Amino acid sequence: MKTQIQELRTQALADIESAGDAKAIDELNIRYLGRKGLVNDLMKGMAKVPADEKPLIGRLANELKNDLQDAFAKAVEKFGSGKEAGDVVDVTLPGRPRKVGGLHPLTTINLEICDIFTRLGFDIAQGPEVELDYYNFEALNFPKDHPARDMQDTFFVSDNVVLRTHTSPMQVRTMEKQKPPVRVIAPGKVYRCDSDITHTPMFAQVEGLVVDKGISFADLKGVLTTLVHQIFDDKTPLRFRPSFFPFTEPSAEVDIGCVMCKGSGCRVCSHTGWLEILGSGMVHPRVFEFVGYDTSEISGFAFGMGVERIAMLKYGIDDIRKYYENDVRFLNQF
Amino acid sequence: MLVSLKWLQQYVNVDADPQEIAHALTMAGLEVEGVHDRFAHLQKVVVGEILSAEPVKKSDHLQVCQVNAGGQTLQVVCGAPNARAGLKAPLALQGAEFPDGMVISKGKLMGQVSEGMLCSAKELEIGANAGGIMELDDSLTPGQNLAEALILSDTIFELGITPNRSDCLSMIGVARELAAIYGVEMTLPDASLPEEGGAVEDVTAVEILAPDHCPRYAARVIKGIKIGPSPDWLAQALLAIGIRPISNIVDVTNYVMMETGQPLHAFDYDLLEEGRIVVRLAAKGEKFTTLDSKENELEDDMLMICDGKKAVALAGVMGGLNSEINDGTTNVLIESAHFSPMSVRKTAKRLGYHTEASHRFERGTDHEGVLFAAQRAAQLMLQTAGGVCAKGAVDAHPVTVEKTEITLSASRTNEILGTDIPFGQIVKYLESVNMEVTPIDQDAMKVLAPVYRVDVSRPEDLMEEVARLFGYDNIPTTWPAATMEIHPSDPIRDFGLKLRTSLGGQGFREAINYSFVGADTPQRLMLAESDKRTRTLPILNPLTEDQAVMRTSLLPGLFASVAVNINYQNKDLALFEIGKTFIAEKGRELPTEIECLCLVLSGAATAPSWQGKAVRTDFFEMKGCCEALMADFHIENAEYSRIEDDSAPYLVKGQCAQIVCQGQRVGVLGKVKPEVLKKFEVKQDVFVAEFDAAALLAAVPDALTYQAPPRFPATDRDITIVLDKKVEAEAVLAHVRKMDQEWIRALEIVAVYEGEPVPEGKKSLSFRITYRSDSTTLQDKEVNEVHERIGKELMEAFGAA
Ligand SMILES: [Zn+2]
Repeated sequence: MKTQIQELRTQALADIESAGDAKAIDELNIRYLGRKGLVNDLMKGMAKVPADEKPLIGRLANELKNDLQDAFAKAVEKFGSGKEAGDVVDVTLPGRPRKVGGLHPLTTINLEICDIFTRLGFDIAQGPEVELDYYNFEALNFPKDHPARDMQDTFFVSDNVVLRTHTSPMQVRTMEKQKPPVRVIAPGKVYRCDSDITHTPMFAQVEGLVVDKGISFADLKGVLTTLVHQIFDDKTPLRFRPSFFPFTEPSAEVDIGCVMCKGSGCRVCSHTGWLEILGSGMVHPRVFEFVGYDTSEISGFAFGMGVERIAMLKYGIDDIRKYYENDVRFLNQF
Repeated sequence: MLVSLKWLQQYVNVDADPQEIAHALTMAGLEVEGVHDRFAHLQKVVVGEILSAEPVKKSDHLQVCQVNAGGQTLQVVCGAPNARAGLKAPLALQGAEFPDGMVISKGKLMGQVSEGMLCSAKELEIGANAGGIMELDDSLTPGQNLAEALILSDTIFELGITPNRSDCLSMIGVARELAAIYGVEMTLPDASLPEEGGAVEDVTAVEILAPDHCPRYAARVIKGIKIGPSPDWLAQALLAIGIRPISNIVDVTNYVMMETGQPLHAFDYDLLEEGRIVVRLAAKGEKFTTLDSKENELEDDMLMICDGKKAVALAGVMGGLNSEINDGTTNVLIESAHFSPMSVRKTAKRLGYHTEASHRFERGTDHEGVLFAAQRAAQLMLQTAGGVCAKGAVDAHPVTVEKTEITLSASRTNEILGTDIPFGQIVKYLESVNMEVTPIDQDAMKVLAPVYRVDVSRPEDLMEEVARLFGYDNIPTTWPAATMEIHPSDPIRDFGLKLRTSLGGQGFREAINYSFVGADTPQRLMLAESDKRTRTLPILNPLTEDQAVMRTSLLPGLFASVAVNINYQNKDLALFEIGKTFIAEKGRELPTEIECLCLVLSGAATAPSWQGKAVRTDFFEMKGCCEALMADFHIENAEYSRIEDDSAPYLVKGQCAQIVCQGQRVGVLGKVKPEVLKKFEVKQDVFVAEFDAAALLAAVPDALTYQAPPRFPATDRDITIVLDKKVEAEAVLAHVRKMDQEWIRALEIVAVYEGEPVPEGKKSLSFRITYRSDSTTLQDKEVNEVHERIGKELMEAFGAA
């Protein structure tokens, strides 16, 4: 057996040495190392080897295999593989189709916004979409029978229960559970009975709340400026102007320089050069009173934005209803 | 609200161009949503001179006029009786566009070419006179632009007034703001008038029986007026802000409301029985016909204005048909009152009204402005309709409204705003909006706000005044001083994100559907009566019938998405949605909200390509997706079994399964019944998988522990058995698993076959067993022994061969 191994080695190395091209090397490779090749034939004889010789013979056989593999590898390096030379595909043919999925654009933007705030150290809170009047209105300083309620066309479930018209109820729910400092955003679905090219009866909102000692309107400007610069780019101009929300005082509407026309005026911005994007303000002391915060100690600001609007501006979507149609030709673009 | 710059200039003189004023108003909180040229529609209207006017044959009133339009003579057919040679009148040229949308073009009337139109003041919205074409001053030059010739110029601002600023729902209100912004004086109109009649107390009286609803009611009486059209200045002023002139008396009430913000009502005095006013609550069920001829049924908390005998107006909302000003009216009673905002709002809401008057009363009117408005109206009525005014006004005010006293700290103001505004400057800002400020010490001040500022009652309200007058732009931009803290994140939200990413990676597209569906969806899904998903939560005021209740399942929305896509020719679909479903709970106000996940597959699982035909999706495609999802979340113990109860009646009985983890059902999957799909207008097979997110999350292992890859090699052995068709594969595999727990590492189905040569009613099942030991390399012989034993036992257990 030992001699057989030795002879096979000498023969094989001589054959490899004398082979003239890649094709010959390929054939030799099959002849010696193939599944039905000479080396495997030899191995079949192992069964008849006496037990005490087995370890030695086994080692020699393995060495032979390794040495021949090395020799073939070197030869292939010299000539190149004949197999490869004949192995040609049309690389311009398309690959086997795979399904590509992904997130809804509103989810993507929502995550982008949440990411900015988590980097700033905000918590994320979610809450019920069917909400008590108390949380949706009353505790946010929208008294019953007050015209401020007209600002939000409400879906009612009963006298006392509504589909939340904003995610602001989470401000109250969070403050009821947590003492200051509070830094939280509340993303989620909200509902208003309104439907046209710029309104859907359901839409996505992200609201935020910061409460601590010494929080000022200037801080509100700072955080929202950062937000806008992160979402769009840091050259986007902002404008804060007085407005009214029952749960903030002073209140501010935030406009950004139109991202479509860069401020020169276009259809999207109604030729004003500005786009309304955020509502905000210093938390109204009434709201703090509802949750038992000491208004002489702390102050805070709150803000809210519509996710659809931001996605529309970022992607140039012109009809808000597209978001909820789920046409894959729309979805596949994000 | 529309505001005319020209009108504002009666009270305040601001030296700035309209765009600049618009910006200043916006930045002070009165958002200007549009700026319009009031006379834009006159661009193609010129002064015309009628050279000749000849009657058109066979017409009783039309004339053919040759009109000098300056440099050219146009033929115009005109029906006005006052069209005559030598008259100068407005001529609308081809292309002129009227406020009502009419565009002038060349045409033929009774066979005569007409190249323009001679216009009345009313048609051009520059006056009330519709009785013939407008007669222009003879000194005007033909061909000159009419707006230039008549020096007509005005800018209209479209203001979006927030609900808190009811004091700005008038020209004077906006003028006050401009005066404060620009630091200029404003002048109130002079409302002096001759009072030549007897004392007003001799002709009328006011009795308030519901002072909570009506803190103040003033009345004036004018006798001997003559109803007619308003003079041009009045008609024009109203037209400029979008109000149609009606008659002098009605127009004056509208004008003064727009001027002062105080809604007024004029009654025909002779239709008031006993000539007096009684303010009282309605009786429940009382009927009252408003001047829009609508009969309203009243509630007992609705405020009515009555005469000595009957109701004559729905207080603050609308007057009554029975006391309306009419062409024959000669004596007038002017109402100027202060009604409770809450009272007016409730009444208007319940009866479905929203009028200019109710809009203002609901938001709060000026308790102290009542008398001025009445006097101003009386003055203008005398000017426009003649008559004699009774001396004085009846002024019933059972409730007085005091100015609220607010203490403001300058340092706290600066703290909240993040500014450094000096004390004196704060005082100046507040005084500029007519606040009375008395310093208390170096930091504190006592502030009295005018009664018309119904929005100012707390220090924060004053801070807003300071902030907006200082300018939001001038407030610095800073970072909050942050306190570091961390709170646990919401596990369901985190899980939702991971699910989305996983499914996106599997080729599913995320869909988002409305949370409301049609009320009949539980029936369309064939749900059993006991199924909790029949407990829908109805919306009282849905927009459409198919959004009538909150969804109890994600399926209807996704079926709709599938239907929409098939309509768009997108037939190969893999969609998922994650969102809440809502189950109504008896005796509880809020429903249970359940976060759900639903997958749908339809059409081809593998798209056709040059490599092969399309592969239709089927049960096992969806099951593969579920298994991959489980694998992604390391859920290793999921069991799939037949659904025996009626929990998924919308799925084909033989092609649906429940997914159970540790005894808890986390979801179901299967093929949707075609008859269900039909009800959702879906015309191709759909496979679904539904999960309860919280249940699925519970099956996810809390922590992962690393296991070293096995050190010893594994050996595979195949086995093929023929057994009864009805036996489920899992039954066989479970049996095998039990037989040897030491070496069997994996079982894999290799083939399932029915048909020749397998006998009828049987199937052949091939599976591969992977054997491995943790402590040694298994020898063929030992493996063979076990494998043979397993084969034998299966034969016995399943009658297999
Ligand atoms: Zn633009």
